[in-house]
Amino acid sequence: MRLQRKTAAIAGAFALSLSPLALVPATAAAGDIDKGKEIAMDRAKGNCIACHFLPEGQSPGKIGPALIAIQGRYESKELLRNQIYDATVANPDSSMPPFGKHMILSDEEFDNVVEYIWSL
Amino acid sequence: MKKMMISTLAALSLIAGATVAMATPEQDKEVWQNYFKARFPNVPVQDFANGVYSIDPIGRENWEAIEEFPPYETALSEGEEMWNTPFANGKTYQDCFPDGPAFEGKYPYWNKERGMVMTLPLEINECRESNDEKPLKYKKGPMASLIAFIAYESRGQVIKVEIPEDDPKAAEAFEKGKQFYFARRGQLNFSCATCHALNAGNVLRTEILSPALGHTTHFPVYRSKWGEMGTLHRRFSGCNKQVRAKPFKAQGEEYRNLEYFMTYMNNGLELNGPGARK
Repeated sequence: MRLQRKTAAIAGAFALSLSPLALVPATAAAGDIDKGKEIAMDRAKGNCIACHFLPEGQSPGKIGPALIAIQGRYESKELLRNQIYDATVANPDSSMPPFGKHMILSDEEFDNVVEYIWSL
Repeated sequence: MKKMMISTLAALSLIAGATVAMATPEQDKEVWQNYFKARFPNVPVQDFANGVYSIDPIGRENWEAIEEFPPYETALSEGEEMWNTPFANGKTYQDCFPDGPAFEGKYPYWNKERGMVMTLPLEINECRESNDEKPLKYKKGPMASLIAFIAYESRGQVIKVEIPEDDPKAAEAFEKGKQFYFARRGQLNFSCATCHALNAGNVLRTEILSPALGHTTHFPVYRSKWGEMGTLHRRFSGCNKQVRAKPFKAQGEEYRNLEYFMTYMNNGLELNGPGARK
């Protein structure tokens, strides 16, 4: 599953490089927004709130950008997924932990977080 | 602005990744100290020895109140008693360290004969063993108390770590410490520099990330989170665990080289240990 996702991510990136407008096929089942939100706030899990402003989140950190208007910033959920999977691909100096690549979250947790962030 | 800081840091990490011949430790130290001076232009350089409280006015008020009845005082009296109590053979620490107890300023230093970085805790245990006493544990307890007393007596000494040029292995040890500092590690993929250089002063949830400059000046510390004293290598170990990396051995080569690098980068600052931290 993990490998599939990575392969798909690479394939997706490749397809994009050929045609930026190509639709990237969804590679995972749609996640659960509410569960994703819990993980994003949980210090031992996603802990997105440690660095990012999140709507309704208490005492957000200010290291990363505010997670709002996401669909205006990423052309597809797949691109957002790639960013959360390993942010150092787009920016080698990124401080953000590679949540997918280093298996910080389970596949299901990962899908849920992507779904939640995509909804913001 | 942020971009500029990142490129300054990138320049330093480039230095870190390149061959030894490209930058001298002296040049590294200049780049390093200038980076923090530029990032926090209103902080007098010596104030970096106060850690995060140099850049966090509210935290500083609490800290100053705590310092009125310092939580490390018990450790100070324990340490003083240890210093003054003879070993079973009648000798004392003073016999091992004639310059003591105010001698923290000479550590860490490069020992050419042994080809290694020497630290104060390491020499304390060597002193004990040469007097048929059991070595102390390195992270907390009596060792932390004894060093707290020595640090207190050494307050005001100026850090002046040397990297002797007559032994290339000294510069290699420094280089290894630098590599350690800049290498990402652990499941969370942070380097020491990710938080304490690149993001120094930024807010992580409710915590302000302390600047790396000044980090070694005030150990050992009483840390409220621990509820007790701990040494510098205990803190290294905690940091490594926090990024979900396997910690190294206290006083092992990795942490001694890291201490050598970090303390050298603080050259010019005054020692102000022991400290109190959240």
